[in-house]
Amino acid sequence: MTKILAPKTPAPDFTLHVTADQTLSLSELKGKPVILAFYPADWSPVCGDQMALLNEVLPEFRKHKAELLGISVDGAWCHDAFTAQRKLHFPLLADFEPKGAVAKQYGAYREKDGYCERALFVIDKNGIIAWSYLSPVAENPGADGILDALEALTK
Amino acid sequence: MLKIPVTQEDHIQGDEKAPITLVEYGDYECPYCGEAYPIVKHIQKHFGNRLRFVFRNFPLVESHPHAGIAAMAAEFAAGHQKFWEMHDLLYENQDALDVPDLINYAESLNLSADELQKAIQNQTSANKIQNDFMGGVKSGVNGTPSFFINGKRHNGSFAYEDLLAAIDKEI
Repeated sequence: MTKILAPKTPAPDFTLHVTADQTLSLSELKGKPVILAFYPADWSPVCGDQMALLNEVLPEFRKHKAELLGISVDGAWCHDAFTAQRKLHFPLLADFEPKGAVAKQYGAYREKDGYCERALFVIDKNGIIAWSYLSPVAENPGADGILDALEALTK
Repeated sequence: MLKIPVTQEDHIQGDEKAPITLVEYGDYECPYCGEAYPIVKHIQKHFGNRLRFVFRNFPLVESHPHAGIAAMAAEFAAGHQKFWEMHDLLYENQDALDVPDLINYAESLNLSADELQKAIQNQTSANKIQNDFMGGVKSGVNGTPSFFINGKRHNGSFAYEDLLAAIDKEI
């Protein structure tokens, strides 16, 4: 099993495509909590359910001023079609070239499968990982862990 | 684990003193909930007064555009002690959940069409539905249907045999 980055680790910065012609860097979001949701693949059944759930809980994340970013190795055009079809209201980042490079930095890459783990990170406003969770790949981890971690940040 | 205990605010079928409480988090437009609907009826029949059934709202409104208004129609009916009648009509007619359909169901239960329309427009029950939803999220509900048996999350499938076996273990 992969070992994902643990709490208290500074979150490695990255710049990834959020659309075909736009990029987003983690450092641009400093000052706000950030939720990173690494997931195996657009269109797969479990990922679809997981993204749909996170999408519905988004207003609750926003109450904590948190930004949610989904990350997989799918390309920007694939993300674009998936986002439109599922009416997702948060960005999906393409860890596409070099493939899985960001996931590897977070310990969230499945080398033998060639895609990301299903791993969640909550990063505090100073860019330090506050909580991380590696889910069994076939299991949708829900959103309770993320909410508990966000609540703990404000305590 | 179920974080929100069952109270009088819930929609409950069955005996308060039943040794088994089955809680479902469901979405009226979700096809899997539609599949689970007759299975739950069958389970209720099997266990009789040994089981009470609780239904809570978990509409995924971005995926299911009718799930929110359907939940509002059920909550409206609940205000007139007709929750379960509406709940059943919605699951038996999952492919017809537009406002005119909901009005038909309300009228078939002798409920006022005008009042239902007002309840939908004013989102009278939006808070109750959202509270159900967030309570579910906090209890680890990750999709629908999700079942809890005596407060414990049922991680197996909702096939009749699986649900039956899981409940038997609790008795």
